[in-house]
Amino acid sequence: MPLPAKQPNVRVVTLNIDGRDLSAREDETIIEVCRENQIPIPSLCYLEGLSVWGACRLCLVELSGQGRLLAACSTRVTEGMQIQTNTEKLQRYRRTIVELLFAERNHVCSVCVSNGHCELQHMAQKCGVDHVRVPYRQASYPVDSSHEMFRLDHDRCILCTRCVRVCDEIEGAHTWDVMGRGSDCRVITDMAQPWGESDTCTSCGKCVQVCPTGALVKQGTSVGEMVKDQHFLPILARRRHSQ
Amino acid sequence: MSTPPKITVATTWLDGCSGCHMSFLDMDERLIELVQQVDIVYSPLVDTKTLPDHVDVGILEGSISSEDDLEKAHAFRKHCKILVSLGDCAVNGNVPAMRNHFKLADVVDRAYRDTVTFQPQTPTQGVPALLAVVKPIHGVVGVDVFVPGCPPSADAIWYVLSELIAGRIPEPSAVTRFGA
Ligand code: SF4
Ligand code: SF4
Ligand code: SF4
Repeated sequence: MPLPAKQPNVRVVTLNIDGRDLSAREDETIIEVCRENQIPIPSLCYLEGLSVWGACRLCLVELSGQGRLLAACSTRVTEGMQIQTNTEKLQRYRRTIVELLFAERNHVCSVCVSNGHCELQHMAQKCGVDHVRVPYRQASYPVDSSHEMFRLDHDRCILCTRCVRVCDEIEGAHTWDVMGRGSDCRVITDMAQPWGESDTCTSCGKCVQVCPTGALVKQGTSVGEMVKDQHFLPILARRRHSQ
Repeated sequence: MSTPPKITVATTWLDGCSGCHMSFLDMDERLIELVQQVDIVYSPLVDTKTLPDHVDVGILEGSISSEDDLEKAHAFRKHCKILVSLGDCAVNGNVPAMRNHFKLADVVDRAYRDTVTFQPQTPTQGVPALLAVVKPIHGVVGVDVFVPGCPPSADAIWYVLSELIAGRIPEPSAVTRFGA
């Protein structure tokens, strides 16, 4: 799904976020307005420059007069919205979401290449997740080391699909996809072939850089070394979408 | 000025590498300050052989991996007012729990037979039976304070103990995280 092109003549709406009166373009989403105004909204699947996926649900916000929580990344602002971004209820929900991510796969941070540079790990700390209250699923997942430069470890994957989107929307290779349902979901390369045998992969490494965890890493990096650089993304995305 | 009464502390290691206890010792000269406020009544670091009936703070390192771990965790829960899960092994299973993806028999064979050249045999005496699934401490008993980290830093342990001594429940997320 490509990013919707911004309209040249859009109206400006006014809304209230956490007690602050703000104005925004009608075609903006809540998370965009929050980021512009330094209102922190946690997110894992959202990444500026990629299309909106709305999978991780960490960016949930409360809208006055609505019982249902809204994902800030996939909700456009409207006139007069009254939004709360950090209520106790939201904190509780976010905590649970992070715990479920940890319970689903086997995140052993102490032996993870991304230890110390991982968005999920930081999210856990920020949300006050000091333990996981549900039992661990303890399912076994494979590792794909067939690519000469990169490695995929499904144990660390949170199915944010950033890799899928960056490869499709920015690199244009569409090597990545998602297979299966529910907790059996898995990211795959080509038709679920080993990554190293992929005909479409250009080895550009964009997927590795945008992956928030240690699921995609460079071969040969040791624990704590895998620092990711995502600065390229908004620049490339702007160039792509302005064409 | 009267000095406040000391709190009693018991510690032990279950299935871990004892690195968390080493990190405890890494408090260095602060240990001297600590002994003014804390009595270590039972621990691998002291000579007491039995866990007293009433302990203020119990600290467990390592995960629940064997019958022996299970017994110790239950004993600590029973006799300690506040139970602290110290380190990733205790909090989330960490490295010991990586064996959960294999059948226990395969794990034992790997350790005692496949990789041994002379007289491969599985020990049965003097070692506790392993459980099929490794669990974090709170998978078997209630835990009051979780201190993630592998190991949590000496500063983090110091913070947690200082808060407990002051009668407060610490919030370790401010000072440590998974894998720290
Ligand atoms: S990917 Fe992040 S959360 Fe998962 S094990 Fe690695 S450091 Fe921990
Ligand atoms: S491999 Fe990384 S980027 Fe791709 S879905 Fe998994 S966590 Fe997200
Ligand atoms: S958490 Fe780390 S340091 Fe502590 S016992 Fe486990 S492996 Fe050792």
